[in-house]
Amino acid sequence: MEPFTKLTANALPVARPNVDTDQLLPARYLQKPRSAPFGDFLFRDLRFNADGSEKPDFVLNKPFYRDAKIVVAEENFACGSSREHAVWALYDYGVRAVIAPSLGDIFSSNAAKNGLLTIILPAPVVAGMIEALQAEPDLEVAVDLEAQTVSLPNGPAHLFEIDPYRKRLLLEGLDELGFTLTQLPAIEAFEKTYAG
Amino acid sequence: MAQTLFDKIWNEHVILDREDGQTLLYVDSHFLQDGSAPAFEMLRQRGVKPRVPERAFGTPDHYVPTDSRDLASIKDPEKRAMADALREDTAAAGIEFFGLNDPRQGIIHVVAPEQGMSRPGMLIVCGDSHTSTHGALGSLAFGIGASEVAHVLATQTLWQRKPRTMHVTLNGALHPGVTAKDIILALIAKISAAGATGYAVEYAGPAIDALSVEGRMTVCNMTIEAGGRAGMIAPDEATFAYLKGRPFAPTGADWDKAVAAWRALKSDPDAVFDREVVMDVGAIAPMVTWGNSPEEALPITGRLPQPADAATPEKREAMQRTMNYMGLQPGMALGDITIDRVFIGSCTNGRLEDLQSAAEVVRGRKVAAGVEAWVVPGSGPVKAEAEALGLDRVFKDAGFQWREAGCSMCLATNGDSLAAGQRSASTTNRNFVGRQGPGSRTHLMSPAMAAAAAVTGRLTDVRDLLGSR
Ligand code: SF4
Repeated sequence: MEPFTKLTANALPVARPNVDTDQLLPARYLQKPRSAPFGDFLFRDLRFNADGSEKPDFVLNKPFYRDAKIVVAEENFACGSSREHAVWALYDYGVRAVIAPSLGDIFSSNAAKNGLLTIILPAPVVAGMIEALQAEPDLEVAVDLEAQTVSLPNGPAHLFEIDPYRKRLLLEGLDELGFTLTQLPAIEAFEKTYAG
Repeated sequence: MAQTLFDKIWNEHVILDREDGQTLLYVDSHFLQDGSAPAFEMLRQRGVKPRVPERAFGTPDHYVPTDSRDLASIKDPEKRAMADALREDTAAAGIEFFGLNDPRQGIIHVVAPEQGMSRPGMLIVCGDSHTSTHGALGSLAFGIGASEVAHVLATQTLWQRKPRTMHVTLNGALHPGVTAKDIILALIAKISAAGATGYAVEYAGPAIDALSVEGRMTVCNMTIEAGGRAGMIAPDEATFAYLKGRPFAPTGADWDKAVAAWRALKSDPDAVFDREVVMDVGAIAPMVTWGNSPEEALPITGRLPQPADAATPEKREAMQRTMNYMGLQPGMALGDITIDRVFIGSCTNGRLEDLQSAAEVVRGRKVAAGVEAWVVPGSGPVKAEAEALGLDRVFKDAGFQWREAGCSMCLATNGDSLAAGQRSASTTNRNFVGRQGPGSRTHLMSPAMAAAAAVTGRLTDVRDLLGSR
């Protein structure tokens, strides 16, 4: 997994609440292996017509947002199912950070395991960022994981909180399973006395 | 210190606490379905084998056909591979598996409780968000992603940060025609689709005590639709009666010992929760959703909102976009919405009690002209029990299709789907854009309400039909 430290990049404003994982990655792609081009399936039905042509009105199809590496979304982004494919779709498209006032629980934990940083900021801050990005699509958003800050050019640095564990996974590109396997003696000791 | 039900189960499963706030938890039972293939693939890539196969169990549900029990009848090779991969992966690992031709196959969240595999005090995970269902039996159960499924298979453990706790007290008594589904839809409408994000939710109160265990599963099932990590209900006599005699439940002296331990599984009277919500279920009418989020639910007697009344221009635009997608007019009466399809089933409402309550409405009536109505039992045993009660005849005589167990049109991954623009009355849990197929329009409701819609061809207050007989 690629470590995440700092990122300054274009950002995609998603100005709608409750964008669910079915929108991020429609269920019909769940049967695809991890090697499939999940970036092409991101926002599939919002982005493309049934015949495969682009929907020009959808925000990701607008020129300035196409190479966005950051998503700034309204509340409850990526709610719904546990499909890790929703993370893969964002990641394969090139997105490395998602900023929102609130996020689906399982999505956040899936994200950290795949090198995608999720950031919670207060709703008014996020609303301000979305407005700024809509007004000036080529604005670059700067994310610094070490310092736990998000900022727009000439704007204040907004501090965000992150679970220290997730931070470490991301900063070091750490493989969680590898670490747990080093804890096997503790697991075995637990099992010896465990009645359940 | 006084403890909540959640604390008690959590503490029992702690292997170690780390200074960064994460806890390594021991997993009692790991349920697998036919979406688990990527996790097994991750393990193979690492050369790691499932560590405690006897603590896992699998049955295919998302990709199985519901018009036959023949895997070969799945024409799409990728779908067939998904349904089949679970058989191969579980066989290779020595994991218990109910295949398509096993009469006990069905939706994992229906099958595991039905078999007595989900029991009080257990920590249960599954790579599916509706794992919250099992909390209805007094367990701590939650959905995980593919990387976590691989982690649990490899270690039988999971890293978690302790969620906050929410206590939902449900007072009063339900009116006739109002069900567990209406309770949870009303609650989500009240606290929003993100209202329980970051929380483990415990439901309690007289209205929960009065619910059957099946109804409690419906409530816990949709906790994820409020964003909740887990939904749970303290076990009581009804729970014990439900579990007694089930194939995987303890027997004899073990049973007595288990019940004695289960009786202690309740929140202490002075336990403190991070959030308290109180609701009177006597004030709830049958609910239906009109939009694309489960929080967009209203009493059937209501009207759609007016975008013009929305608090902000963005909200107005969002509401209008939703109405456009759903093909609905601002302010229209919910009872004026006509439907094309009816789906009774899913892990939310595919159990025997659900089929009984729908059959009660359907009996002696006919599916309205132009409506295609399906019943998809949640499991093989649900189907068999319903048939023993003659419910299949009730549905078939009315013009319903009576199908084989699976997720079917809840998620449409097996090919059972709505056509673009079609509108369904559905007993499922998500009304997301395209959930039941691209362009599909879903209205969520209880089985009785879906049955009422089937026979009238429009969203209908089931109380009018129950009263008029
Ligand atoms: S019935 Fe629907 S919600 Fe339940 S497990 Fe199947 S697809 Fe998921």
